[in-house]
Order: sequence, then C-alpha cells, then structure tokens
Amino acid sequence: MRINDVILRTVVKVVILIILTLGVYLFFSGHHAPGGGFIGGLVLASGIILLFVTYDIETIQRKMPFDFKKVAALGVFIAAGTGLGAIYFDLPFLSHTDGHFKFPFIGDKHLTTVTLFEAGVALTVIGTLVTMILSISEDE
Amino acid sequence: MTFDVAVVLVPFIFALLISMLYRFISKKYIGWLVTAVSLVLFIILTTYIPRISNGEIITFTHEWIPSLGINFTTYLDGLSLMFSLLITGVGSLVGLYSIFYLSKSEQLYHFYCYLLLFMGAMLGVVLSDNILVLYGFWEMTSVSSFLLIAFWHHRKASRAGARKSMLITVAGGISMLAGFLMLYEMSGTLSIREIIEKAGLIRESALFVPALVLVLLGAFTKSAQFPFYIWLPDAMEAPTPVSAYLHSATMVKAGIYLVARFTPVFGNEAAWFWLVTGVGLFTLFWGSFNAVKQVDLKAMLAFSTVSQLGLIMSLLGMGSVAIYLGHSSETVIYTQAAFAAIFHLINHSTFKGALFMMVGILDHELGTRDLRRLGGLMYFMPLTFTIALIGCLSMAGLPPFNGFLSKEMFFAATLHIQDLSILSLDHIGFLIPLVAWIASVFTFVYCLIIVGKTFFGKVKTHLLDKHPHEAPVGMLISPYILIILVVGIFFFPNLLGRYVLNPAMASIFPMFPSAEELAPTIHAWHGFFSPELWMTILAVVAGIFLYSLLKSWKAIYRILPYHLSLNALFNNGILWSESLSARFTRRYMTGNLTDYFVYIFVAFLLVVGGYFLYGDVFSWSPVNPESLDVFEAILMVIIMVSSIGILFAKSRITIVFLTSVLGYSVAFFFIVFRAPDLALTQLVVESVSTVLFLLCFRHLPEIKRGVQSKWKEARNLVISLAMGATVTMAGLAALHYEKFKTISEYYNDSYLLAGGKNIVNTILGDFRAFDTMLEVVVLFIAGLGVYTLIKLKAKGGGQNEN
Repeated sequence: MRINDVILRTVVKVVILIILTLGVYLFFSGHHAPGGGFIGGLVLASGIILLFVTYDIETIQRKMPFDFKKVAALGVFIAAGTGLGAIYFDLPFLSHTDGHFKFPFIGDKHLTTVTLFEAGVALTVIGTLVTMILSISEDE
Repeated sequence: MTFDVAVVLVPFIFALLISMLYRFISKKYIGWLVTAVSLVLFIILTTYIPRISNGEIITFTHEWIPSLGINFTTYLDGLSLMFSLLITGVGSLVGLYSIFYLSKSEQLYHFYCYLLLFMGAMLGVVLSDNILVLYGFWEMTSVSSFLLIAFWHHRKASRAGARKSMLITVAGGISMLAGFLMLYEMSGTLSIREIIEKAGLIRESALFVPALVLVLLGAFTKSAQFPFYIWLPDAMEAPTPVSAYLHSATMVKAGIYLVARFTPVFGNEAAWFWLVTGVGLFTLFWGSFNAVKQVDLKAMLAFSTVSQLGLIMSLLGMGSVAIYLGHSSETVIYTQAAFAAIFHLINHSTFKGALFMMVGILDHELGTRDLRRLGGLMYFMPLTFTIALIGCLSMAGLPPFNGFLSKEMFFAATLHIQDLSILSLDHIGFLIPLVAWIASVFTFVYCLIIVGKTFFGKVKTHLLDKHPHEAPVGMLISPYILIILVVGIFFFPNLLGRYVLNPAMASIFPMFPSAEELAPTIHAWHGFFSPELWMTILAVVAGIFLYSLLKSWKAIYRILPYHLSLNALFNNGILWSESLSARFTRRYMTGNLTDYFVYIFVAFLLVVGGYFLYGDVFSWSPVNPESLDVFEAILMVIIMVSSIGILFAKSRITIVFLTSVLGYSVAFFFIVFRAPDLALTQLVVESVSTVLFLLCFRHLPEIKRGVQSKWKEARNLVISLAMGATVTMAGLAALHYEKFKTISEYYNDSYLLAGGKNIVNTILGDFRAFDTMLEVVVLFIAGLGVYTLIKLKAKGGGQNEN
C-alpha cells in the first residue's frame, strides 16, 4: 500500500528551509538571546529527521552523504579542542575569550570563542541524534 | 608555553598525529620517527644536566583546574631528571631495536602509538608535582602497558597477562589515590613539594600511617614486589621490546620513584623502614629463588627483574633510616644505601635492557626461548653471546662491570644497617645481610643458567625451527650501546655520580644540608679485607657449587603445590568474585523497566522525601486564585486530563500521544512563564522522542495489564502516589525555600565574566564548560552504544566478539 503523502512532502519542502534557518539562527544568537549550541543542534537534527521521515533514508543519504557518527566525533573533537586551545595561550583548560570586531558592510560584531565550543556541542547533538534514529529505524 | 612543559606533551602530540595521519606515514619510517622523537627528547633533557647538577630546580606551572587546586606543574629536579633521561634514553634504544624486531606486517601504527603514549605518561609521572596529575599519568602507564602486553591479542595468554597486570596495578593505583587524598586531607595541598615541607605537621595526624601503607601499596604493585609480583612474569607475553622497556627499565621503576619521592615525607616513621626494607628484601630473595626454576628465558629474566627491584626497594628502605635518625655526621653513612639504590637502578636498566634484547634476538632468530631447546649457541652467535655474558656477569655483581659496584654498595649498606641498635634492629638486624647474601647466591646461579644453558653445551638443531645464525646488525646496535655503558660505568662511575646521581640524592634528602657530603665517591676496590668483597667471593663460590649440583636440589621447587601458589590464589579470587558479583547483579538487574523505575523512585523518595521529613523544611502558602491566568488554568486541565488518561489507556499508541500532549503542554507552560530556551528545547525534544517512539513501535509487545501479582501492583501504586506527592511538595516548597540563594544570582555578572548576556548559555559554555564537554562526550558514547548494540544484534548477538 502506498501512502499518499503529497501534502506532507510539499509542506516539508517549504518548512524544512524555515526549520534549518531557525536552527542556524538559534545557534548564532545563543550568546545574548535564547538559543545556543544545544538547542540549535536539536532543531537542526529534528529538521534532518523530518526529512528522513518524509522521504526515505536512501534519498536523503544520497543528498546528504555524511556519516553522522563521524559528525558526532568531529563535534567532540571540536569541543575538546577549543579547551586545549586555551592551554596554548597559557590559560586554564576551557578558558574562553571574546571581543568586538569591526567588519566591512556588517559593522561591529561581538565574537567569542565560546561559539566554537558550541559548534562542537551542536555537531555532537546532530550526529548522535541522527545516528540513533537511523540505527533504530534500520533495525529489523 | 615554555619548553619545560612540552617535554611531557611531545610524545602525546606525536601519538595523536600517528593515530590521525597514519595513512601518510609509511610503515618503514614509523619506527624511525618514534626513535627520533625519543632521541631528541633525550638530547634536550641532557642539556638540563649542568643546571640541575648545580642544584637548580626548574618548575613550570600551568593552571589546569585552578578552582580545585589541580595544576599541571612540571618539576624538574635531580630525581625527575634521572628518571626522564632513563625513560627517553632507553626509549630511543628500544625504538631502534623494535624497528628490526617487529615484522612489517604487524600493526605497527598501534604499537608505536601505544609506545609514545606510555613514554608521555611515564614522563608525566616523574615530572608532575601535583599528586592528582601524577595519579592520572600513573594510571595511564597501566593502561598503555595493558595495550602493549595485549599487542598480540589473538593469543589467549597475551590477553590474560594484560588483564592480570591491569587488575593488579590499577588496584594498587586506586589505593595510592586514597593515600594521596589522605595526604591532601592532612597537608591541605596537592603539591609534592609543599607536602614535603609540611612533613612534620603530617606526622602528627592519625591518618599518617594509613596514608603511608596505601601509598606503598601503589608502589609495591607497580614495582612488582611480593606478593603482587605475579603480574610481571605473565606480562612477558608482550613483544620483547616492550618487556625491555616497560617491564624492566621504566614502568616497573615507577614504584621505586614513588618511594624515593616520598621518602622525605614518610622516612621518619619506623613502619616505612620495615615495610620497604622487609618487602624489598623478601622480594629480592623470592624472585631470585624462583628465577632458577624457570625454563623460559624471558620468564627467568622477569623473575630476575622482580628480584632486582626488591633489591633497589630494600636499599631505599635502608636509606630512609638517615631521615629517621635525623641529620648528623654519623647518620650520613646510611644515606649511602639510597645512593646505591639509584645507582643500581641505572645499572639494572643497562644490563637488564641488554639481556632482554639478547633474549629477543634468540626468540627472533631461532623461534624459541625455551632453555630445554637451546644450547651451544656460542659458535653460531658470538656477538649475541657477548651481550649475554657481559649482561649476566654485571647482574651477578662481578667486575669489571657496573653491577659489581652497586652490589658492593648494597652489601656495605646491609652491613652498616645491622650495627644499628634502633628499630629493634639489634635482634634481627643480622638477617638483612644474610638474606641479601643468599639472594645473590641464587642470582649467580640463574646468571650461570642463562649463559651456560644457552651458549654452552650441545647444539640441539633438531629442536630448533630455524638454523641458528647471528642477528642482523640493526638488532645488535641497541644492546651493544647498553653493554658499552655497562663497562663504561664501571670505569667512570663518578662521572655519572657527579652529574646525575648526586642531584637525585638531593631530592631524596632535601632536609640534609649539602648534596656533596651525601654522595660518596664510588670505588671499585675497598681493600682486600673488606667484608663486602668477601661476601661477593663467597656468593660466587656457593653459586658455582649450587649450579653444578642443580639437578639434585631442584626438587624443592615442587614442595609448594600449585593450588597454594599466589597465581592460583589470584585466579580463584577472580573467579570467585566474578561469580559472586554475577549472582548479586542478577538479583536486581531483572531486565524489567518497571523494576528499574521502582529503584529510581524509591531512591528519590528516600533522598528528597526523607529530606522534607527530616529537615522539616516544607512550607507553602496557598496561591491566590485571582493571580491564576485563564490560559494557565486551561493548560493545567489539559495536563491533568492527559495524565489521568494515560493510566486507563489500552494501547501503546494512545499512551505515546497522551505523553506527547503532556510534554507539549509543559512546553507551553514554559512559554507562559517566559522561559523561551526551555520551551524550545522541550518542544524539539518532545517531537524527536515522539518520532523515536513511533520507530520503536513495531518492536514493542502489546500492553498486558493485570499480569503482575496483586502485591506488586499495590507496591507500585504506593510508590507512584508517594512519588507524585513528593514532587508536588517539592514544587510547592520551592516557591518559599530560603535556605539557599537562587541560582540566577550567582550569574548576574555573566556579561562581565563570560561576555554573554544569555545566562543559560554562559553557564553551559563557560562557567560549567567542563561539565558540558563531558556531557557531549557522554552523549556521543551513548549514540555509539545504541549504534553498536543494534548493529551487533543484527549480526547475531555477541558471537562475533573476536
């Protein structure tokens, strides 16, 4: 029996853009406004899972040829690596710093090294969640 | 970032590089790379010798977790420099040797990666000033030793040996950690230097003796002292370069290092003297006695290492008497025992390293190291024979080799110590030189066996797999460098003494004024009538006598039946504890989720509910109904209806949807209470877990109600009600609780401290970044766990473990 899911597929095509954009926005806004690596990662992961649910696993994996286990591993490396970076500057492990930078066109921006750490968190969340869901769904 | 700290990090960095970039490094060059790394480190460390021998101490502190006082402090003084030189020096020789020893078809990347890990960890042990950091490196040496012993993990004996060494050394490490924590409790500091300064204060505490015993347990397990030595012979399953490096020259000497390092702290306690000297002497005797009966050359060398470690240990114990007596011109003589200890430590590394490499050559070229199959190899392998001869004569304590010098000093120390009238030495003091002498007789016997049975006698070519022939040059370089040192140290011992041993003495006896008077000039000749010379001569005579009658007295080794031996005790202990814990675990791990929830809820009830009852802190005032919003009221009704509905739902799908309703309503509550972070997280988590539920759905059986016994149902009902009541109480009480400040006050100045205005995120990413990092790791491991569990199950359970 084939389920008629034209509506779902069409809606998802539009909605997925919004979800992924929201995920990226949440990730970057995290330092001053609600959001952050964990939530950003969760939203992105839920978007990807939505794609997997709507289309099938093969189609999506063709378009997104990542090994999500490796994505998670990369995340852990980044998170730990930013901590080690602090040691290079003779500061305690996991020390972070921030500063204001002037850019052409977009003006004054507040950048912090926490964002790198949060990127690690986000990647781990995405990688782990998708790995879990995929491996459970592939289980016969 | 100065260079001093980098010495410890370099091996780790290279280990990481190898593990990531191994595709780009040819197997031909990987061994050379590792050899070069350790050689460069060795050369760099030698440049510190002039500064250290002038009494300078180089420290470098990197704050790691400053809030807990855990700093990464490298502390380079005489003792650590001596050990670092040993680690990197022997490391480069072993690296060179292993290039020719290991075949190119082995997993060389793993091997050299583990070897570098070990080198870094070992350097960390000897260079750390912080005891917790030291402990971390200490366990890391155990882990890398485990990996290296199990390098040929297709062999059952390798895995068993690795497990045994891991269990024993890690158990000792944990007791050492307990001892360290007691030291911290007594002294209030984690720095070894500061602990030594407060030695007098620590002495008063009731924890002093327990801490002493626990720290010694760590040292004894690591340095293979009786009765913990049993792991060392089994560790010989490792490739021979590993045995030469870890299990004779460096790792087993970590225990010696620990004892030497803590001598200034504990040395003024009689228990220290008796434990270190007594255990050391007995190990010396027991190791040499048992070495004689071995038929595997490597096992014989393992027991000989055990025995020699006992010798060094007992010397350190005797040296501590000087601290017990306090500093005066008469007591300085006892410090010479400690001097002999570190001198013999270096000598032992040279001759035992050479001997292990010699056995490795035999194993490599002949395919066996069984004494029953060897013999008459002198004509086939003259160069290897030279290594064995010089190594064994040095080990037996004969001139003109370095073992003679330190063995003489050892005899002299045992004779000095028996003259003391303190520590009840006047009654049993005579035993010390006696045991030492008997042990050296046995040492002489097994040295004769190693040389005699392997290189003299008849050739048994029919028992050998390969035709005997000399080893390639590459395998001979390292042992030859070592035996040149063996001879060189005999002729120029005071060069080593002046630059390496004297500064090390200053670290063992920091309270003694000058290192100059502590360090004797080493003489080879003490006069014809010196007692230590006659002890050596008598040991040689007795040794030759026993060797020639070996067959007639070998039966004594069969007196002790196997089931009473330490190995049998250990194995039975492991089996017994495994079955006991299996039975205990099966009791409560029922595999039923309901039972697990019962444990969790009961624990929660006991802690939280118990606190409410015991602390009498529950207080609440009824909420004014007018402040209740309509929206909130609707949400409350939805939550109530859905949660009661779950109880009566018949199918799983209803339950899943009702739970989702519950979760989304809670998310709405978060929005109402203006917590957008929480609301977002809750919404996403709720969605993802609904998907997860739906995926798992087809695997789950139908819900069966009423299959449990009435009693269990009643019990679960009571627990659920109590749980609900407690949570409600906690929620109500939280509104009025005033014992603590609310958390948000701690983080008011988050923008100043962490540069972020979102408090939640500054907590996650900055204030508690360490927690977050570990949580990320845990999440990752959980994900991998789910993945492997499902994939392994797909391949048919745990059957494909190997």
